[in-house]
Amino acid sequence: MEKRVTFRGIWLPILLVLPQIVITAVFFFYPAGKAIWQSLFIPDPFGLSMQYVGLGNFEYLLTDPYYRGAFATTAIFSGLVTLVSMGCALFLAVLADRLIKGSGTYRTLLIWPYAVAPAVAGVLWLFMFNTRVGVVTWYLGQLGYDWNHVLNPHEAMGLVVIASSWGRVSYNFLFFLAGLQAIPRSVVEAAAIDGARFWTRFRTIVFPLLSPTTFFLLVVNIVYAFFETFGVIHTITSGGPQQATTILVYKVYSDGFVGQDLGSSAAQSVILLILVSILTVIQFRYIERRVHY
Amino acid sequence: MADRGGMVESRGFGYWLTHLGLIVGVLFIFFPIWLAFVASTVEQQQIVHPPMPLLPGDKLIDNYARALSSGVNAPVGRMLLNSAIMALGIALGKIAISLISAFAIVYFRFPGRKVFFWLIFLTLMLPVEVRIVPTYEVAASFGLLNSYGGLIFPLIASATATFLFRQFFMTVPDELAEAARVDGARPMRFFLDILLPMSRTNIAALFVILFIYGWNQYLWPLLITTDPEMNTIVMGIKQMFPSGDDTADWPVIMAASILAMLPPIAVVIGMQQFFIRGLVDSEK
Amino acid sequence: MATVTLENIRKSFGKTEVIHGVDIDIADGEFIVIVGPSGCGKSTLLRMVAGLETITSGEVRIGGKRVNEVEPMDRDIAMVFQNYALYPHMSVFDNMAYGLKIKGTPKSEIVARVDAAAEILQLGPYLQRKPRQLSGGQRQRVAMGRAIVRKPAVFLFDEPLSNLDAKLRVQMRLEIKALQRELGVTSLYVTHDQVEAMTLADRMVVMNDGVADQIGAPLDVYANPATIFVAGFIGSPPMNFIDTKQISGWTEPPCVLGVRPEHLHLVSEPEGRISGSVTYAEPLGAETLVHFRTTDGPSVTVRQDGAEPVPSEGERLGIAWKTDKELRFSEEGQRLADS
Repeated sequence: MEKRVTFRGIWLPILLVLPQIVITAVFFFYPAGKAIWQSLFIPDPFGLSMQYVGLGNFEYLLTDPYYRGAFATTAIFSGLVTLVSMGCALFLAVLADRLIKGSGTYRTLLIWPYAVAPAVAGVLWLFMFNTRVGVVTWYLGQLGYDWNHVLNPHEAMGLVVIASSWGRVSYNFLFFLAGLQAIPRSVVEAAAIDGARFWTRFRTIVFPLLSPTTFFLLVVNIVYAFFETFGVIHTITSGGPQQATTILVYKVYSDGFVGQDLGSSAAQSVILLILVSILTVIQFRYIERRVHY
Repeated sequence: MADRGGMVESRGFGYWLTHLGLIVGVLFIFFPIWLAFVASTVEQQQIVHPPMPLLPGDKLIDNYARALSSGVNAPVGRMLLNSAIMALGIALGKIAISLISAFAIVYFRFPGRKVFFWLIFLTLMLPVEVRIVPTYEVAASFGLLNSYGGLIFPLIASATATFLFRQFFMTVPDELAEAARVDGARPMRFFLDILLPMSRTNIAALFVILFIYGWNQYLWPLLITTDPEMNTIVMGIKQMFPSGDDTADWPVIMAASILAMLPPIAVVIGMQQFFIRGLVDSEK
Repeated sequence: MATVTLENIRKSFGKTEVIHGVDIDIADGEFIVIVGPSGCGKSTLLRMVAGLETITSGEVRIGGKRVNEVEPMDRDIAMVFQNYALYPHMSVFDNMAYGLKIKGTPKSEIVARVDAAAEILQLGPYLQRKPRQLSGGQRQRVAMGRAIVRKPAVFLFDEPLSNLDAKLRVQMRLEIKALQRELGVTSLYVTHDQVEAMTLADRMVVMNDGVADQIGAPLDVYANPATIFVAGFIGSPPMNFIDTKQISGWTEPPCVLGVRPEHLHLVSEPEGRISGSVTYAEPLGAETLVHFRTTDGPSVTVRQDGAEPVPSEGERLGIAWKTDKELRFSEEGQRLADS
């Protein structure tokens, strides 16, 4: 698509795109290129020189049980976060859509956790489930359940999943509600006249018509779970216990900055880069013109 | 939402069940924040001997004053200021450079335009988390550690906003630019007088989204700021937890958490219409 | 006020030439309408005069001065767009004043000129409104007002009425004509509607596929079309074309005869120069249109007075016309000299 009308001039437009070019070149393309470059080297033990190893870093990673573990953890974690946050959101959106009045009020009440940073959400949930002072921990103790996510890997995973899904419910709710409200009433009414009960209507009419929204949210939530949940993990578990909550992006950070293993960290960045590119391509392929943040 | 009623609308029992379900949902969403608020109004002693109370205490002013003025490592007031500068810098900076570059690629034909457009497209794909180590090295080599520039620039180095403004500019009728040319407007005049005012809603929507994006950044500020005076509030909270077995100062930490949430929540609620529109337009 | 001259204007988009050399001379104060089907290049031609499209070759002169390389704003023109192109965020007043503001016209002068234009166009009460708060006709007037306040040497209209409903279109047509008479500004008006062209034009230019087929006063063009295209395009219902092979006893060289529906009349089958059967008849009150399928040829339309009897469908009749009402065209569509 092109504009028919254009202004003349060459220097003005170049001047206009210059700030963006400079910033993106310096802080985007150069680092991204460097990540790819670094992924082909390993530093010597003293950090004085780099040794070229080709795809050695990648080969090592793919056989490294810790990295494979992080892969599996990421898959489980992002699957659960997507499922929980989308499930709750869809349930609430279906309810809100049933109301003639008041769906706007509920929307206002439900949207604002979107504004809460994942890291802050992590702190809130950590506080509730804190092993010593957490309110929920205490009540669970009264019920005879000894909660300790610091030691129990499953509890740790459960907690980061809930904390990551919590704020995400609002985001998904907004999209599901908008999607539901875009379904023509007449279609649903026609099904009602045909004798379909609520659940049948939802299963056979509403949910299929909602599938573009669902698919879009699926991709966006996976990307969210891959990257933006870093703050949740870092505040609640720091990847533990025994790496049970070390997702890929957390490993890039811990290997690169804590472990100082630049070659491996760069190779991991490149793998993430490929993964997110695939997701983006899928998104653009099936949902044209839609951008994620 | 006009009349969404009709025969499908449920009444009676089902109607109340619907409200009940929504209210439970709202309470679930609210509960962690309510608890944080309560914790920020009581004394440390009431928290470390569980269960903590579920209703606010009387130490609200004490705790918040303590957090704002001294905090744990750095005053929360200072960190809020850092966050505000970072979030505004990212939102306004990105909007400004994106507007002018989108204007250039839509309304001009210049050498390298196609290449530029594809470069923009590439940047849509990669979150900052992916290229974090080399980006850190670049920022360090420019001496941007512990500086606002270091907090802001790497996060505006993507073209999502450019892409959105381009989409919007493409929908502006050609005749408007032609009418402006006939009226004697030079390119920048057209941009300032016609295009910019027409983009108001999009700019506002994008502002909300970018402000929240900037405010809620965690990993990048964690790396780029080592001086507590330059910490942002969102990352600073984690720094308030003591290492080892010391007991955390929960009332102050929770006061800081509440303070960290307020600005973005205020922006979202206050600009709700723009926000929803921006979100649904930009992401759908 | 100014004359406008188009001399051998050509336009190519890439390798495709869309305007194949057009010459038009427009006198000062004249109202010229360029009419033609969509895609014939009429809008492109107008946009070249406006300076919104570059001119591939040829020359445009306004007031005798070559303007090929001159920016639109410096050509002393004003343009009314098909979709009005009003600035949506500006009030009616600001829309009209924008061009003057850019020129640096003193504020008092701007107010005076806008008020004067608003007075003429009856927009006084709406000056503070935004375009979206106006009806289609009012928006059209604002677009006109924006052109008027600049006091240009030439008005350019690009299908300005095509977004209005039929009734409003007739009314605005009359207003545009009256306004142009009153202001006496040279005008170039593009439309695909031949009725608009007939009623507005001092002279009209009929364009076909990038070529100006004919330039002339509307009634001259109607009575003496230069090509089959013009003959068929101007007039409603269109002119009938009859191949002389259909006419028994045609002795001259074969050609195509063009006859206007109002010049045909129904006679009994043996009396007609051609014959056929009635497919259907449309009684419109004042007149009746009788559609005819000729024996081995195309359909023909006859326009007869509403008072005459309406023939029934399927009825076999003859058609006759006076030879001085027939126009002769070559097989290639060019007008032949009258016999």
